[in-house]
Amino acid sequence: MKIAVFCKSVPDTETKVRLKGDRLDTSGIKYILNPYDEFAVEEAVRMKEAKKAEEIVAISMGPARAQEALRNALAIGADRAVLVTDDALDGSDTLATAKVLVKVLEKEGGDFDLLLFGQRAIDGDTWQVPSQVAALLDLPQATCTVALEVEPGSKAVATRLVEGGEEIHELTLPAVITCSKGLNEPRYPSLPNIMKAKKKPLTTYSLGDLGIDASEVGKNGSRTEVLSYELPPARGGGKKVEGEPEEVVAELVKFLKEEIKVI
Amino acid sequence: MAEEKVKGGTFLLESPGLKEVFIPEEFTEEQRMFAKTAEDFIWNEVVPKSDEIEAKNDELHIQLFKQAGELGLLMADIPEKYDGLGLDKISSMLVQEKISSGQGSFSVTITDHTGIGTLPIAYFGTEEQKQKYLPKLGSGELIGSYALTETNAGSDAMGIKTKAVLSEDGKYYILNGSKQFVTNAGFADICIVYAKVDGDKHAAFIVDLKSEGISLGPEEHKMGIRGSSTRAIFLDNVKVPVENLLGEVGKGHLIAFNVLNIGRYKLGVACTGACKTSLGEAVRYANQRSQFGVPISSFGMIKEKLADMMTRTYVLESASYRTAGFIDATFSELDHDDPEFGKKAMDAIGEYATECSIIKIFGSEALDFVADETVQIFGGYGYTEEYPAERFYRDSRINRIFEGTNEINRLLIPGMIMRKAMKGELPLLPAAQKLAKEIMTFMPLSMLGSGPLAQEELAVEMTRKISLMVAGLAAQKYKEALKDQQMLLARLADIIIELYAMESALLRTKKVIENKGEDAAKYHSIMTQLYVSQAFPKVGQLAQEALAAIEKGDMLKTNLSVLRKLIRWYTPVSLVELKTTLADKLIEEEKYWLV
Repeated sequence: MKIAVFCKSVPDTETKVRLKGDRLDTSGIKYILNPYDEFAVEEAVRMKEAKKAEEIVAISMGPARAQEALRNALAIGADRAVLVTDDALDGSDTLATAKVLVKVLEKEGGDFDLLLFGQRAIDGDTWQVPSQVAALLDLPQATCTVALEVEPGSKAVATRLVEGGEEIHELTLPAVITCSKGLNEPRYPSLPNIMKAKKKPLTTYSLGDLGIDASEVGKNGSRTEVLSYELPPARGGGKKVEGEPEEVVAELVKFLKEEIKVI
Repeated sequence: MAEEKVKGGTFLLESPGLKEVFIPEEFTEEQRMFAKTAEDFIWNEVVPKSDEIEAKNDELHIQLFKQAGELGLLMADIPEKYDGLGLDKISSMLVQEKISSGQGSFSVTITDHTGIGTLPIAYFGTEEQKQKYLPKLGSGELIGSYALTETNAGSDAMGIKTKAVLSEDGKYYILNGSKQFVTNAGFADICIVYAKVDGDKHAAFIVDLKSEGISLGPEEHKMGIRGSSTRAIFLDNVKVPVENLLGEVGKGHLIAFNVLNIGRYKLGVACTGACKTSLGEAVRYANQRSQFGVPISSFGMIKEKLADMMTRTYVLESASYRTAGFIDATFSELDHDDPEFGKKAMDAIGEYATECSIIKIFGSEALDFVADETVQIFGGYGYTEEYPAERFYRDSRINRIFEGTNEINRLLIPGMIMRKAMKGELPLLPAAQKLAKEIMTFMPLSMLGSGPLAQEELAVEMTRKISLMVAGLAAQKYKEALKDQQMLLARLADIIIELYAMESALLRTKKVIENKGEDAAKYHSIMTQLYVSQAFPKVGQLAQEALAAIEKGDMLKTNLSVLRKLIRWYTPVSLVELKTTLADKLIEEEKYWLV
């Protein structure tokens, strides 16, 4: 099997989000491999260790710094990495991103048996790109997978958690799977593997390399546009309602009606 | 990475070029990845089990140690030829810092193993010894330890009584004696044991701790690092094969001293990691804890503590990696296959012995300060075991004691410098003589530049002159007997430490300005100003006391007037404003955020 694992470089989970005007202030942010993508890489590496897969290609679209996230995937055990980076990509929405990723898959031979994604990226949190890639390629998909069994050359059985139970899907390969917490426990890249990762191939493509016109991506090629960012309102102090049950209920109802207006 | 080699001790004479100074802002992508693995492992696997470790769950401790081995965290300094990683010293120090960032006891176990437990073999072992032990020490299959101290020989390493006698058939050394406070004794498989052959020849041996005749004392009940193992080792007619002699008979003390140098600067880096963690806990608590309806972090006195803690951590980090950069530049030229490797490695480490002692002292005292203020910020809760502040405080204390007490290291600093000067490796005396000539007509203010940090730069230069002046006058007055003037030497050492500390912060800040501009160095610059504002007057005070210990009467008055000229030009900075700005940023970030 040949597996593609999609990797996004995202701000560290401990990042303090700040704005500069109405844009994100990116100064001082440390970037990491999206934690959900780690589940995807780990799952692919385990399949390779179980001799079910021959090649794992880690793919990312992003600025030059996304290289570091890819190196991380290589250190966990991916065989090689591909980065699409181009100034014209700035402002691409999820669909534009999905289109680029589809082009990368074509460029890399188009012969992938399994496309693994993290179920969401912790920065944009849209959950959309994997499904859009599946739709563009007309592939079956299972999102938010917590267990995965793959029979190379034939099918994948994916378990998803749903309210009150589990859904089990059987998908014909090639298929798109998005990985959830619980699928596996990603390993720490060992120091020797980090050193080996430095020697693994990392190919960089520009839009031109992929035959994409700049108008198809970025702001121009996107159907959605981020107009501005706002921080959530600062959390005020809590409110405590005290007294006899009847008084408390009356007070609470009044509060819900008049102050936060939810009933 | 340092491009040109800066010789040890030369900071007393001149400032190195920025190009030759390594700063943490220059860590490579790979180095940051190493750091992340070490940090994630410690925080996800070790710290959550801290209570069990502290309750001396040895099985768990060893299991975590083996896990660290699987991740490659123990093999940074071992050459690739022996299945190690052969990493540069900056990488290995960064890994060390992260290993020491979370759990003091576990950190000590690892540091002892990778440092004084492994390096003597890596640097001084025969080819056979290296092949036999290094791969297994690197993977964690074997746990190492180091036994020098005895009941009556601690700082006085030459005074050891453990005896080694060659057996009649010439196949074994028979060891008899006892060793005190052996870190890792309860876990370790092998131990580097120092003993004397034929009564007076210092020698080191690799001893298999499963050998017949070895027994262990009970675990010491320690103030801190309670989860680490510290026991006595008793040797009763222990047969050690002659092939386990490490280095030469009669040169064991050189191994002991040189390896301690590495231990010292590793310890300084370890303290950097612990300072950052303690600071983070302190600022997060200060933000959470409300009194009078507001978080205590909004109070000026708490802000001042936070700013001071951050500043000290910054200076330590700057000095640690500056030193790591120098050592790395020297080590990267060495070839492990060179038959002279051991000797060259010894020279390379010895070259920076002064800097290693400085880092050891400065690091352990910075951590004590930071841990102490952390307890204070936690208030009554800081005094309970419920919160980590109490453990930080107890764990910190050992750093001023082991790897050579800070007192011994304070004696070593001027001692080593004087020795270098005598040997002609450091042209200290000509510099002191030149200074004595020019100093009467010298006008510091005329040297004050105009750029950012001009005042700090001049303060560093003046401190350099003060060091030279005090060292020169002390040597002139006491000559050989200077070594007995401990109180004077301590003051000289402290002046030299402050010189290195201030200059390290200044150089790093200047380099960040050069690389990324003044905005990017805003807080670096604030901390440099803050540190100098505290250290420079302190240098003045120390020098005054030192001068008064050298001369009396008119001679003293003349010397003091020169000293005053060197310090009185300094205008105090606005501490309140600088500390508030720094603390506000720290309160927002809630951790040491620079790298």
